[in-house]
Amino acid sequence: MRDYGAALASADTVSVADSSDVVSARQMVRTLAQRSGMSLVHQTKLVTAASELGRNMLVYGGGGVVRAATITEAERCGVYVEFEDRGPGIADIELALTDGWTSGSGMGLGLSGAKRLVDEFDISSGPDGTTVRILKWGR
Amino acid sequence: MTDRVPVLKIGEILLVSIQVDLEDQMVMDLQDDLSNRIVATGAKGVIIDISALEIVDSFVGRMLATNAAISRVLGAETIVVGMRPAVAMTLVELGLSLQGVRTALNLERGLKLLRRISAGRA
Amino acid sequence: MTTDSKLPLLVETLTAQRDAFLSQWTRTVGEDLQGRLSLAELGRELGELYESILRALTGGDLDSHGENFAETRSLLIELSRNRARQGFTPTETARSVFSLKEVLEPTLTSDEKGAQQYLQFARLLDDLGLLTTEAYVRTREEIISAQAEQLLELSTPVVKLWDGVVGVPLVGTLDSARTQVVMEKLLQTLVDSDSTHAIIDITGVPTVDTQVAQHLLKTVVAARMMGAQCTISGIRPQIAQTIVALGIEFGDIPTNASLSDALRQALKEVAEDATEEIRGLL
Repeated sequence: MRDYGAALASADTVSVADSSDVVSARQMVRTLAQRSGMSLVHQTKLVTAASELGRNMLVYGGGGVVRAATITEAERCGVYVEFEDRGPGIADIELALTDGWTSGSGMGLGLSGAKRLVDEFDISSGPDGTTVRILKWGR
Repeated sequence: MTDRVPVLKIGEILLVSIQVDLEDQMVMDLQDDLSNRIVATGAKGVIIDISALEIVDSFVGRMLATNAAISRVLGAETIVVGMRPAVAMTLVELGLSLQGVRTALNLERGLKLLRRISAGRA
Repeated sequence: MTTDSKLPLLVETLTAQRDAFLSQWTRTVGEDLQGRLSLAELGRELGELYESILRALTGGDLDSHGENFAETRSLLIELSRNRARQGFTPTETARSVFSLKEVLEPTLTSDEKGAQQYLQFARLLDDLGLLTTEAYVRTREEIISAQAEQLLELSTPVVKLWDGVVGVPLVGTLDSARTQVVMEKLLQTLVDSDSTHAIIDITGVPTVDTQVAQHLLKTVVAARMMGAQCTISGIRPQIAQTIVALGIEFGDIPTNASLSDALRQALKEVAEDATEEIRGLL
């Protein structure tokens, strides 16, 4: 996945500390998706992915920050979202991305499902936290 | 203190119409409320209307499946009605197929389906 | 003619022999296009072009991208767009400009000064010729993307077959973009028309590979989650063989060989639903 960090200069930010913040985070993502002219189905997929990742961040990472921005390229427009927590990290990312694998109370579809719902997906994890970056192009 | 989703009783049916963006706590409260109400009222059917829901993620999806299973144990059939097309397509992509959950296009069809089930024909 | 042109001789010649040059140019281009465009129309087009080039040259600057040539450029873009729409090739379009060189060559290259100016002018015409090709390609791309869009719209009509039954006759190759559109449209129609049965007919789909089967499966599952039944019909014998040979898991997708069978089945179920008006509960 390319580095879209530059776009975050004008990013909207929501810090996630409890489950009501997850709702605010996905509302922020929805607003951006609507602004970028994304079709309803694409919007729904992106917001659902954001909801999964936001909850993951809260449950396994103890909360963190969600940043989102619209990306404009030559002929397309998209939304980039970054989820950053300071949790213990994910020991085996490969495993965590497997369908049905869960360390908690979920259905084990959070990471793998979110990955399927977006066009670009990137995860990096270490002992001092996890960062997930996603991008969805509107069409 | 978060809001709760109201559970309405109409005859032998409990109607849950979700009108707000769900927080996880509300989802868990709803699960408790619903099983309590089924036992208290002896309801034979539950209809969960999600036509106002713009997204259903795996957490809400799991709640729908769990509710259906719990109510079945308590002798009530659950019908989920009004799922939006975009939501259905997203759930498929997500890998969630709501196995074991009966669905109907809208509230009216949901009620009809419940009647047929209680008549033992579906 | 008073002029601050850098090519006074050229301007003079072009002005003096306008009629001769223009008619020869028109003839040359006309031969190229083999009568697919009337000479009168061609003459008018090239006449305007000739005038605008002459005016630009009189202005002095020889930069084809400069202010002077703005009018010439817009005339050329217009010409290229028309040629692209009328189905001429890029070569034929560019030759409309380049052939002016052939017309001028004998007259101008008879002495050294003329030859020098001719070369400078030729370079300018090369630039303008390239401009026509660019405009031509752009127009073609516009046409192609417009057609792709129309095709997407055309090829996915969702029709109501009966009360409570809608159908989509799929024609052509299925890719993800198209399936997305089909799925969306079909599911929305189910909601809007309160239909409980959908039939996807794939008689017109040439091949079914793993990916297409995946897409169909997703549509069926999505419809089911909304509370509707979705059937695939029109599975031709070859396709049935391919599906089995590829080991594609069609799972529990209800399938029918023909649309009429699928419709009969759907109607039966719709009728059962309708007659079961059982009193009770409410």
